[in-house]
Amino acid sequence: MPDFYGEKISSSLLLGTAQYPSPKVLAEAVKMSGAEILTVSLRRESSSGGSSGKFWELIRDLNVKVLPNTAGCHSVKEAVTTAKMARELFGTDWIKLEVIGHHDSLQPDVFGLVEAARILSEDGFKVFPYTTEDIVVGEKLLEAGCKVLMPWCAPIGSAKGPVNPDALKAYRAHFPDVPLVVDAGLGRPSHAAQVMEFGFDAVLLNTAVAKAGDPVAMVEAFSRAIAAGHLAYKAQPLEPRDMAVPSTPVIGMAVFE
Amino acid sequence: MKLIINGETQEASSATLAALLDELAYDHEFLATAYNNELVAAEDRSSCVLADGDRIEILSPMQGG
Repeated sequence: MPDFYGEKISSSLLLGTAQYPSPKVLAEAVKMSGAEILTVSLRRESSSGGSSGKFWELIRDLNVKVLPNTAGCHSVKEAVTTAKMARELFGTDWIKLEVIGHHDSLQPDVFGLVEAARILSEDGFKVFPYTTEDIVVGEKLLEAGCKVLMPWCAPIGSAKGPVNPDALKAYRAHFPDVPLVVDAGLGRPSHAAQVMEFGFDAVLLNTAVAKAGDPVAMVEAFSRAIAAGHLAYKAQPLEPRDMAVPSTPVIGMAVFE
Repeated sequence: MKLIINGETQEASSATLAALLDELAYDHEFLATAYNNELVAAEDRSSCVLADGDRIEILSPMQGG
């Protein structure tokens, strides 16, 4: 089970809280998922008051840990200030650090990400960086103070699943002792099972669950797939072979001529 | 004086950030605030003195992925 900054988590499913059809469905999906960590964000509040207070009360009633994000931030300064405001608002030093480098792909600006991660780590934050599957960037993030890495497997919200599975496997092999979470791009439970079979410690889901026709049933499917993938990883699956290998013993076969 | 509050220019008369939240009828409970791009903790809002042209951000919890 994942260990994030010394805190042992019993669920390998981290769940986002955006885009659900209703707060009721969100709450039901969280309960069904068994998730212990929910991602949240912060946005400008109008003086007339919005639904933010009710949303925060709903999250608090679910009795889970929150992982605030810096979604939408495109600069180091924006991300750092947003992280500090999140720490004030949510009362946690955990931060899912996003520094977006491109409007269309929502690809991380990995240079800004490393810089922001260093600033925040030195300020006492426990940083969960949304990054690419680039091993060198991962190394730089660890040097900056991160103790968790969260590579994407495809663009945010794309539901494409692992587009570069070999790179994800190499990432796992290169960082054997670092908690790794696949963040972004998963679409189906089979995708989650696949990355868990690679040995990832957890996945972070949002759109794939929230925008499904039945989010509660979908998160149950994901939860089972994650458990199956993790069990398969622990059971050490066979590596693929190019040639056939008979599964039925050939010794003792009758010979008919 | 004119302040830029959450990206919009508004007239306000409050001397401090805490007073501004009252003037604009914000509920203080679920807010984080920034003054000219720097966090202002809740306990420091009453000593955060405002001047014409200052930029204020007032954020609250929101759904996120």
